[in-house]
Amino acid sequence: MMALSIVAVAMSNFIPPFDAHRVFVEPWTQDFSSSVWIALMGFFVATACGLVGNYLILRRMALVGDAISHSILPGIAVAFLISGSRGSLPMFLGALVAGAVTTVLIEVIHKKSRVKQDAAIGIAFTSLFAVGVILISLFASKVDLDQECVLYGEIAFIPLEGMVELAGLTLGPPSVVRMALVTLVVALLVGLFYKELLVSSFDPALAVSLGINSTFVHYALMAMLSVVVVSAFEAVGAILVIAMLILPGATATLLSHRFPVMLGLTVLHAALSAVLGLHLGVWLNCSLAAAMVVAGTGLFIAAAAVFGYQQSHAHEHSQNNNLRGRPGD
Amino acid sequence: MSRSANINSRTNRTTVRLLYLLSSLLYLLFTTPAHAARIGDLSETSLWEQALRFFTFQDPSVRYALLGSMLLGICCGLLGSFLVVRKMALVGDALSHAVLPGVALGFLWNMNKDPVAIFIGATVAGLLGTAVVNLLKQTTRLKEDTALGLVLASFFAVGICLMTMIQRLPTGNKSGIDKFLFGQAAAIGAADVQLMAVVTGVVVVVIALFYKEFLVTSFDAGFARAVGLPVQAFHYGLMLLLAFAVVIALQAVGVVLVSAMLITPAAAAYLLTDRMHRMLLLAAVFGMAAGALGAFLSFLGNNLPTGPFMVLAATAVFAAAFLFGPRHGVLARWWRQRSRAARIQRENTLKAIYHVLEARNFLGEGVSLRELAERRRETEEEVAAQAAALHTHGLATLHDDGNHIFVTPDGWQRACAIVRNHRLWELYLTNEAHLAADHVHEDAEKIEHLLGEETVRELERRLVNTKQDPHGKTIPVVPISLGTKAETTPGYGRSA
Repeated sequence: MMALSIVAVAMSNFIPPFDAHRVFVEPWTQDFSSSVWIALMGFFVATACGLVGNYLILRRMALVGDAISHSILPGIAVAFLISGSRGSLPMFLGALVAGAVTTVLIEVIHKKSRVKQDAAIGIAFTSLFAVGVILISLFASKVDLDQECVLYGEIAFIPLEGMVELAGLTLGPPSVVRMALVTLVVALLVGLFYKELLVSSFDPALAVSLGINSTFVHYALMAMLSVVVVSAFEAVGAILVIAMLILPGATATLLSHRFPVMLGLTVLHAALSAVLGLHLGVWLNCSLAAAMVVAGTGLFIAAAAVFGYQQSHAHEHSQNNNLRGRPGD
Repeated sequence: MSRSANINSRTNRTTVRLLYLLSSLLYLLFTTPAHAARIGDLSETSLWEQALRFFTFQDPSVRYALLGSMLLGICCGLLGSFLVVRKMALVGDALSHAVLPGVALGFLWNMNKDPVAIFIGATVAGLLGTAVVNLLKQTTRLKEDTALGLVLASFFAVGICLMTMIQRLPTGNKSGIDKFLFGQAAAIGAADVQLMAVVTGVVVVVIALFYKEFLVTSFDAGFARAVGLPVQAFHYGLMLLLAFAVVIALQAVGVVLVSAMLITPAAAAYLLTDRMHRMLLLAAVFGMAAGALGAFLSFLGNNLPTGPFMVLAATAVFAAAFLFGPRHGVLARWWRQRSRAARIQRENTLKAIYHVLEARNFLGEGVSLRELAERRRETEEEVAAQAAALHTHGLATLHDDGNHIFVTPDGWQRACAIVRNHRLWELYLTNEAHLAADHVHEDAEKIEHLLGEETVRELERRLVNTKQDPHGKTIPVVPISLGTKAETTPGYGRSA
């Protein structure tokens, strides 16, 4: 307790005073255009990630998302070094290759030796991430990327990008337009292949009997994950992406048992955390991407506090399992 | 009683070795007074000069960096072993990301890089993270992987928020805080090394004292509960030690990659041995080597982050174990499979020779390659290669320009054993398992190479009449040759 009070004293000159006008009004009056683009970018990133993340959570593959979001880094770095530009196509290709390499590496380590899958995941993605960091620091002058960007992105620089114009219409900053396209594609794919994704996630055996190729769905999901992660990378960095993947879906899981409702709640969570995060970041004067994740975490905590415990019958069940199961299972 | 004494003595030996390792490391700290030059002072030095500077240990900062890296390698290797055998590797990942807000708060404490404040803050944050994972798992319907990912990412985001706030503060010595993300061994000072040595010492002593308990709770939690061990307490104890290890590794490896130092050396050790105490020792040595190598490599370049190099060094060790491990390595497995396939091939050739001889009532000893090729339905070239293989293994000799095979006594013994295995098994399947006589051949084709002496004896006991197989052919008796091979052949159908 005493430690807490000391921390509180130390924090009092660390946390800027809360000024409602500066935090809530000024972003929408003085810096309207930049706030809009930043919030929109956050919304698109969180929506695209959250939609894919829902399936990861269902399939108990949340940590594969963790692995892929780390290991696309060398793919991006190599794509930069080869193409010399920050174009979308080389980046997507690099990320797809890196994502595929990760998936294959995990499989090889897991299948060809007695190392278990969790350790295989840990070994594969940390090695690839290390390669990426080394490439970036060795070629820092050539690569328009730095270690900070890798960690928490550059969402605040989006308004400085300039605008994309198409047929006389001003669409928006290029990265926002690109992210919007990716989000649209993800939403379309989720809508078109709703049944296939759902069935193969919940009941692989049923999926096979319905003639759905589960392996294909798995790899398609991984490809979608790689693309979403790489397009989000610039805005939120490699690690905060994990939060964008898991937080919306996890919050939705606590609030509903019905999958369509969960998808809707995911989008709602994405929108709320983008806007709230913007205000939080303005107030605290910190990384906006991290602030958006913190806002999303706040929403999750609220959901868990209000609705989480009601489903605690799962608790007894899982405890029984723990008694029977092996450690760490 | 004797078993536990055995375990204790083994632990003691491992502990002694580890303590020896530690003390020789600390000895480095106090040798050769040196002129002060800091890493990164010179930007235009050649790689060679840098390497020389590293290996002469002239700079205290080099010595601190090296020592610190090795200490953290030991600590992470030891604790990571438990994570790997408990299938909790990704708990280490979540824990290592979750310490970041604690690091930032520890830094805020008095606005500089005070090792103790950061240590306390990070440990508390790490433990809080694991507690939240458990809470989410137990009170909501979220599964473990989601809970881990949630804690990892949200704690990390809070940490990043705090870090960016610190970096934008107008006052205070902010240098070094950004090094916690990817690690910089050169930033390790004397106070850090002291703390690392103390923590590593504590970890080694605790693991040595409670080795048996940690072993039992890791491998058989049910049994541990049955004998009255507080399994939960040991779980949280392990988490506490793990948080310690993560925290002391932070500065050199960085938050993002600490989990690799926990998982990779331990996984490499896991591939090389089946004994926990040996695995602990190997993992500690691998971790130490990876730490030293990483510190060295990052020192060669200017201002390169240390963590990624350590991780790659550890990955290289893992790759070596994965490929060349004597028992579980990919090459060793491949070699075993290959030699098994070759043995089965040889045995099949011998069996074919037996069949040819049997067809002419064992008149004459040599078998021509053409007869053999007809029997096996293969070309003469293929059969010639098989004959050559028999020759090199001393099972047959070749005559008439290699056109006739004569089986040696050893080869004959093996041929009889294989045919006997085959026919005994057919007899067993028809008589005891009541299969039709025309359904048993395929099965016997496979099992004949695998039956050991004990199984054959058991078959002989169970079968009343072992003279004839279900197809009316004689079951051969394996001749006992007087040569030396007879005693050393371990069983029917097995190659020595």
